[in-house]
Amino acid sequence: MEKWYLMTAVVLLGLTVRWTVSLNSYSGAGKPPMFGDYEAQRHWQEITFNLPIKQWYFNSSDNNLQYWGLDYPPLTAYHSLLCAYVAQFINPDWIALHSSRGYESQAHKLFMRATVLIADLLIYIPAVVLHCCCLKEISTKKKIANALCILLYPGLILIDYGHFQIMYNSVSLGLALWGVLGVSCDWDLLGSLAFCLAVNYKQMELYHSLPFFCFLLGKCFKKGLKGKGFVLFVKLAGTVVASFTLCWLPFFTERAQALQVLRRLFPVDRGLFEDKVANIWCSVSVFLKIKDILPHHVQIIVSFCLTLLSLLPACVKLTLQPSPKGFRFTLVSCALSFFLFSFQVHEKSILLVSLPVCLVLSEIPFMSTWFLLVSTFSMLPLLLKDDLLMPSVVTTMAFFIACATSFSIFEKTSEEELRLKSFSVSVRKHLPRFTFLPRIIQHLFIISVITMVLLTLMTVTLDPPQKLPDLFSVLDSWLINSVTSLRKSGRGDPRQREEAPFTR
Amino acid sequence: MRIKWVECAALSVMAALSVMTGGGSWFLALALGVTLLKCLLIPTYHSTDFEVHRNWLAITHSLPISQWYYEATSEWTLDYPPFFAWFEYALSHVAKYFDQEMLNVHNLNYSSSRTLLFQRFSVIFTDALFVYAVHECCKCVDGKKACKELTEKPKFILSVLLLWNFGLLIVDHIHFQYNGFLFGLMLLSIARLFQKRHMEGAFLFAVLLHFKHIYLYVAPAYGIYLLRSYCFTANKPDGSIRWNSFSFVRLISLGLTVFLVSALSLGPFLALNQLPQVFSRLFPFKRGLCHAYWAPNFWAVYNALDKVLSVIGLNDKWFGSAVPTHSPSLGDSLGHPHLHPDCHIGPRGFLRCLILCALSSFMFGWHVHEKAILLAILPMSLLSVGKAGDASIFLILSTTGHYSLFPLLFTAPELPIKILLMLLFTIYSISSLKTLFRKEKPLFNWMETFYLLGLGPLEVFCEFVFPFTSWKLKYPFIPLLLTSVYCAVGITYAWFKLYVSVFTDPPVGKTKKQ
Repeated sequence: MEKWYLMTAVVLLGLTVRWTVSLNSYSGAGKPPMFGDYEAQRHWQEITFNLPIKQWYFNSSDNNLQYWGLDYPPLTAYHSLLCAYVAQFINPDWIALHSSRGYESQAHKLFMRATVLIADLLIYIPAVVLHCCCLKEISTKKKIANALCILLYPGLILIDYGHFQIMYNSVSLGLALWGVLGVSCDWDLLGSLAFCLAVNYKQMELYHSLPFFCFLLGKCFKKGLKGKGFVLFVKLAGTVVASFTLCWLPFFTERAQALQVLRRLFPVDRGLFEDKVANIWCSVSVFLKIKDILPHHVQIIVSFCLTLLSLLPACVKLTLQPSPKGFRFTLVSCALSFFLFSFQVHEKSILLVSLPVCLVLSEIPFMSTWFLLVSTFSMLPLLLKDDLLMPSVVTTMAFFIACATSFSIFEKTSEEELRLKSFSVSVRKHLPRFTFLPRIIQHLFIISVITMVLLTLMTVTLDPPQKLPDLFSVLDSWLINSVTSLRKSGRGDPRQREEAPFTR
Repeated sequence: MRIKWVECAALSVMAALSVMTGGGSWFLALALGVTLLKCLLIPTYHSTDFEVHRNWLAITHSLPISQWYYEATSEWTLDYPPFFAWFEYALSHVAKYFDQEMLNVHNLNYSSSRTLLFQRFSVIFTDALFVYAVHECCKCVDGKKACKELTEKPKFILSVLLLWNFGLLIVDHIHFQYNGFLFGLMLLSIARLFQKRHMEGAFLFAVLLHFKHIYLYVAPAYGIYLLRSYCFTANKPDGSIRWNSFSFVRLISLGLTVFLVSALSLGPFLALNQLPQVFSRLFPFKRGLCHAYWAPNFWAVYNALDKVLSVIGLNDKWFGSAVPTHSPSLGDSLGHPHLHPDCHIGPRGFLRCLILCALSSFMFGWHVHEKAILLAILPMSLLSVGKAGDASIFLILSTTGHYSLFPLLFTAPELPIKILLMLLFTIYSISSLKTLFRKEKPLFNWMETFYLLGLGPLEVFCEFVFPFTSWKLKYPFIPLLLTSVYCAVGITYAWFKLYVSVFTDPPVGKTKKQ
């Protein structure tokens, strides 16, 4: 592409920002006995290197599952094993069984940060660059600006390089992105293979699985169920089965193995939510203590039903009219449904919503930017725990400046551009004077930004009143909820999307 | 809690500015972007210069003026001119709200987190002057090549080359120095001369000299240009001097400006009879010809050759450290280029001579710091967006000059940062200038391309291969020597090409006629 040098500059800038953020503290630094996610990752390298595969997911004297037991699918374990081999080569003390617990040193920190950067460089960043290059009907300059904004998204940078949730979010999200690319560009088999790998890396990628399924099913229907469509369906099914088998092969030898892994991956024994997370359950529980009112199994059923109801319209539409654009919007919709209504949602799961939103950044810049800012803000309590105030604020401002100058977001707030035309048209049937929707939205944006800034200042400078120790986190969650719900209303309604039907 | 208020206040100011960029000003976006990057560099490694400046804060805050140039509790004594001392004094009044302890002269190597934050923020904020100066310089660049595309406009390229300059970023915001606002003063004075506001330009340069005397290297260029273009008020049609248009009034007003600034600066010390002491601090000729780390100049090549010959056995002993004491004047006399009258026609000619002065002084000067290469690189950026020939010289100079700064950052966590930023700046500068001048002949010949590409393997060898070889214990200085000598070749070549371009390019007056 022309102006390749600008794209290279953008990638280098993204890498520089990532590495400078990684110079800061990580989760659990210097905090025995449990430390944090950083220690979890180091521990997994220790376990996978020193113990045979059969013992990885089981509780034993060598592998105490209470101390950061493995609770991600096999591909994460294999990746940890690969890193462990490198660690062994550099300094065996880092992963020595038992004696390396709580190991912290400058050299080890550099090693761990370097593994994240390399994984990012090999998987996530090429996917982002390729996605931006394949965007249609946009100038080269806008493609590069798009890449800049996506690479500067603070949420992913702060979690992977600051907080160090080295579940390598960039790997799972990157693989999912390769999946989206493959499927959008008609490389269906490769795309589904990439997505299966993503699911096998991190089970939370199942949030994205329904749109993939519906889109590919829709494609099969379009090609005709009795001809090419059926062939495609069989091939896809074969790819999925083969990739799962390959990843789980060592665990299929005994039934108990597979079941134990599943038990570790889906801990339904835990409650409806943990900690303060910006979804419906947490927000409602301030007024109505759902956890105490409803019994456990009812909670699961209610959560399941609500999730399904909220994502059904979008998925149905996608199956009937598959198109790459619709696919991306459905990804946003479904991920958001899961985040808001699902079971045991963690704060970091907002990243699963943020990735699809990054993909639609060029189409609805204003709302996407707003959402991405709020999503970063939603993780603030987590980041403040790890002393990451400065990087958080700096990266957020950098992201905002990048989006504001690239897309001139404040100029693109007409009804047409916000995709809320049919909504406001239907409201105008009852209220003829309802023409000021764009202005409302703009004001809401400013109010939300001011509120975010104020909440940040308050959280940092003041101590919360004793009766309400989690006041600030809860207020954060409410704010985020309102914004995400607004966003969902703008996109969830199938009548509003007018993308061209899929054509071959 | 106090530290968080300050952080929040600083960040709120920037947040407000970032909202303003929503209006679409690319210059503000570039400036804010690099400022945010500087904030991210706060936790990086800093050199002893950090302690130097902390010590000066302490000296100027806690001691009376009469003690400033005599205080020697710490080895890092005050060796900058008085205006810089006053600058530190002003800073110290803000510093006391961060951490009172840093202002104690006896707290050697004190570096609490608040001290670090204050010092880093002070560099970032004083860079505002540099940003303003860059803005003024962009006005002086003509946009005759009407490009609709923003990224191909000379103004845009110049802004990026100056605001995101690699050398300035790592020397000021990692290694730790206050070059930002000083170069801002210099660029602003150059811009004023371009805008024909000669008195302001002269005033700004005089002030700059009393901040950091290293700028004396380029003083001859200013002197001769102001004499030629300001004191002689008219030219003959062919561009040469009209001798009878000399204006005494202007000469005297210039002299008065310089005198008043110097009086303001040195006056108090003259009254205290401390001038000899001040000068001995400012010009420490007892130090050797080469700095602890060899700047990639002529003396580095001389020393290297000498060492090689002595190792081989062709020299009786190594003379590198025993250069005779009259060498300062040798350095000076070689440093000043022959002052060709033609090279002072127009501000562009002045700029060319300024760069030559800076570069020659770098090549042959006494006790040159490797950071002094920035004195040549930054003004050269202004010329690089004007002509293809200048762009080529600039690229060779900046790439080798920036690479020669690598040994300043020798810690492992900073290794990716310096490599990534170097690649960013180099790739951008080469590609954007090539795009700007794509209609003219290629910027580099095969020899130059080969040389520049050779920097890659050199870096790989010095940083990744050499530490694991057996030579590391026996000859630990080899990476420094190789870097220094390799860069000296490039810088000498650029210096030579620039010299040639000054004498071979047609003067401005004659080209206009054609």
